[in-house]
Amino acid sequence: MDRYQFLITLAVLAFATGLLGVVIRRNLLVVVMCVEIMLNAVVLAFVTFAARSQTLHGVAMTFFIYVAAACEIAVAMAIVVLLVRRHKSLDLASGYELQG
Amino acid sequence: MTDLLIGVFGVAAFVFALLIVVLRQPMRAALALIAHMVCLAALFACLGVDVVALFQVLIYVGAVMLSMVYTIMLLDDQDVSYIHRFSRWTIPAIAVIAATVGALALLLGAPAAHPPAAVATPLFGFSTFSLAFMTHYWLHFELATVLLVIAIVAAWTVIAERR
Repeated sequence: MDRYQFLITLAVLAFATGLLGVVIRRNLLVVVMCVEIMLNAVVLAFVTFAARSQTLHGVAMTFFIYVAAACEIAVAMAIVVLLVRRHKSLDLASGYELQG
Repeated sequence: MTDLLIGVFGVAAFVFALLIVVLRQPMRAALALIAHMVCLAALFACLGVDVVALFQVLIYVGAVMLSMVYTIMLLDDQDVSYIHRFSRWTIPAIAVIAATVGALALLLGAPAAHPPAAVATPLFGFSTFSLAFMTHYWLHFELATVLLVIAIVAAWTVIAERR
């Protein structure tokens, strides 16, 4: 296994770990952090392929992922504060009335 | 030496990712996430992609995690989700994700289609990256600024609801 295969394997494992956290954790903030792990795994895959192919496209793509992550965290934290203000809890299993 | 560093930081990044899923307190999970991101930045630096390593530290660790830590400090630290950490989907989720990772591992185990390329050229330096952004990606750059403004307005709208 060369370094690129190792890094892609790491990206797959990190993405799977983040997905696992999104599914199994009940705390809303930890779920947001697990989404960040998944985004970081995608960044790692982009950078690995960019370094392997020696092109700038993957590196430029990471910049836009960072922008999307910053937007996501700004909106997500606002929603977390709003939900906690309404339901007095961070527990995803209690009281949230998501529909549709 | 570089391969050794990649191995060490890669294993550390995976361990910290597991800790985020396992740890009970969100503040400790946030610290583990910061460590995970720093390890990834070190990996990017080992690959010679200095621009992304710097972005990783400045944007993710500096800005994103700062807002997350502030939010954690604003909230109650005696929540019920701290006592019962995991949902009832834990065992099925672990089984499905283990099967998915196993299938991907089989794919990754296949021999590489092309020989590995050479590492770390000045292609990923700041000047090359800046020139590419101002020539090839300027429209995307402007669209990213619009997206950021939309996110700020959306966050403000959510916070200001029923104030």
